[in-house]
Amino acid sequence: MNLVTVSGPPSSGKTAVILKTIDSFQKRGLEVGVVKFDCLYTDDDILYEKAGVKVKKGLSGSLCPDHYFVSNIEEVTQWGIKEGLDILITESAGLCNRCSPYVKSVTAVCVIDNLSGINTPKKIGPMLKSADIVIITKGDIVSQAEREVFASRVNTVNPGASIMHVNGLTGQGAYELSTLLYDEKVEVKTLVGEKLRFSMPSALCSYCLGETRIGESYQMGNVRKIDMEDKKGKK
Amino acid sequence: MITTQDIQQQTIAELFEQYPFLPGFFEENTLDVDGQINEKLDDFLNILDDEEEKENRAMDKTQVMESMAEYITQMLAFLGEDEDEGVNSITLLPGTNKSGEKEKFEELTINKSEIVCIVGPTGSGKSRLLADIEWVAQNDTPTSRTILVNGEKGDKKWRVTSGHKLVAQLSQNMNFVMDLSVYEFLELHAQSRLVEDVEGIINKIFEQANNLAGEKFSLDTPITSLSGGQSRALMIADTAILSKSPIILIDEIENAGIDRKKALELLVGEEKIVLMATHDPILALMGDRRIVIKNGGIHKVIETSGDEQNLLSELERMDNVIQNMRTRLRHGEIIRQEDIGF
Repeated sequence: MNLVTVSGPPSSGKTAVILKTIDSFQKRGLEVGVVKFDCLYTDDDILYEKAGVKVKKGLSGSLCPDHYFVSNIEEVTQWGIKEGLDILITESAGLCNRCSPYVKSVTAVCVIDNLSGINTPKKIGPMLKSADIVIITKGDIVSQAEREVFASRVNTVNPGASIMHVNGLTGQGAYELSTLLYDEKVEVKTLVGEKLRFSMPSALCSYCLGETRIGESYQMGNVRKIDMEDKKGKK
Repeated sequence: MITTQDIQQQTIAELFEQYPFLPGFFEENTLDVDGQINEKLDDFLNILDDEEEKENRAMDKTQVMESMAEYITQMLAFLGEDEDEGVNSITLLPGTNKSGEKEKFEELTINKSEIVCIVGPTGSGKSRLLADIEWVAQNDTPTSRTILVNGEKGDKKWRVTSGHKLVAQLSQNMNFVMDLSVYEFLELHAQSRLVEDVEGIINKIFEQANNLAGEKFSLDTPITSLSGGQSRALMIADTAILSKSPIILIDEIENAGIDRKKALELLVGEEKIVLMATHDPILALMGDRRIVIKNGGIHKVIETSGDEQNLLSELERMDNVIQNMRTRLRHGEIIRQEDIGF
């Protein structure tokens, strides 16, 4: 079984891109499955079901979605193998820009959209910088120049990635993407012992444990403060 | 090919001197070199060796260094490209239509400065054809078409590298979304293309865009407040002059606020291969040929005949009548019978 991790900021078009790509896989007779990770709610599983693929969803609720993802990825992989899939795609939303969901040996795809602003590439951490393939969406509604500038900014923060434009509405580019994602020689059996490409955001403070009150005396653990002092010259 | 060994012992000042595009890399990767410009790269990046700093910035020293080496390699390759590595022609070799029948042409070569129109109903396969060209299909897409570049099997670099896209697109529903003036916008685009004479190229694009636009605009106009016609004029001039893609794909040019004939002349003058999906008779007849798509395949290739070209001047006269009326309306004048001129 092939395994692909798709990640990207909310509403960047991950589900649309995956659905169009699945279409190409199915035409080649491949059995596809999707596991959708989200935070509070998703009904994308219904869309995937309609597309005729096996689907599971996981809601992280009060946990950091990234941590939830990595705690479940092995079980998800075993589910895919048990279901006899040729390719399993995991989809997860990156919510804080410090997300780091990629596993070293698993193909990593980041979906990011042209409308998010040209400074977005520099704001996103390992989710963009350590991806193998970066998909840029919504290219049909911005100018050619903006597309070029955006793609070059992405290239500056991740020069090693393949950068592609995919239209989630028409599917333009999705067939091409599908050829980069499936390799029949690859056989993932387990992820136990594998490593993340970069450590995940970490935090352990009283608010992680359910504290709701405000004030220094309620703050414990990993707490950090903004520097509010006026700066005198250079530091 | 630049490796991390080549750069790690040099100071940042030396690296900036050698690779003038490198400050952009530091900027985009939020590496602030203020006051540390004379440090060796290796020492400068030691800050990321600190576990807490590494976690907070989500960057790792080795990864930044490798990424920088890769970036320098790419940019040097990009700058070192000669003009003669350019694309002079693309050739389509037939695949099959949706029913698996061979397409009805033998070989179709389109040279630079040529305009080819694509016609056919919605869903007939126009997008697939364009996608095949963009992907430099090698009998490995659903249509089994093959696309040759300069008569040879296309290089796969066209597929996934950001600086080497074969096709630039101009379509109907495109908008400017950046909060910038015309000048800032063109400057940004020129910088991202590593243009040397930024000022010169901005002026050239600005002049050409105003030459195409029905109503003039200035360099400090915000791009988001340009009219539809002005936006299209700026997009076309910018794409013609600044985009590195040798093929321009146009999805109709709306007949308002822009001189479409001049727009096509500009693209052709800049030695682009122009592909245009249109059902507008004036645009279609301006093309040298038109590709008819049916049932997912190329059904026919029609040369624009002399008779058709003669009709073009008549059509243009009719079009002028409408355009003049538009101008009269804009200036608050009355439309008269004689304006129709039939």
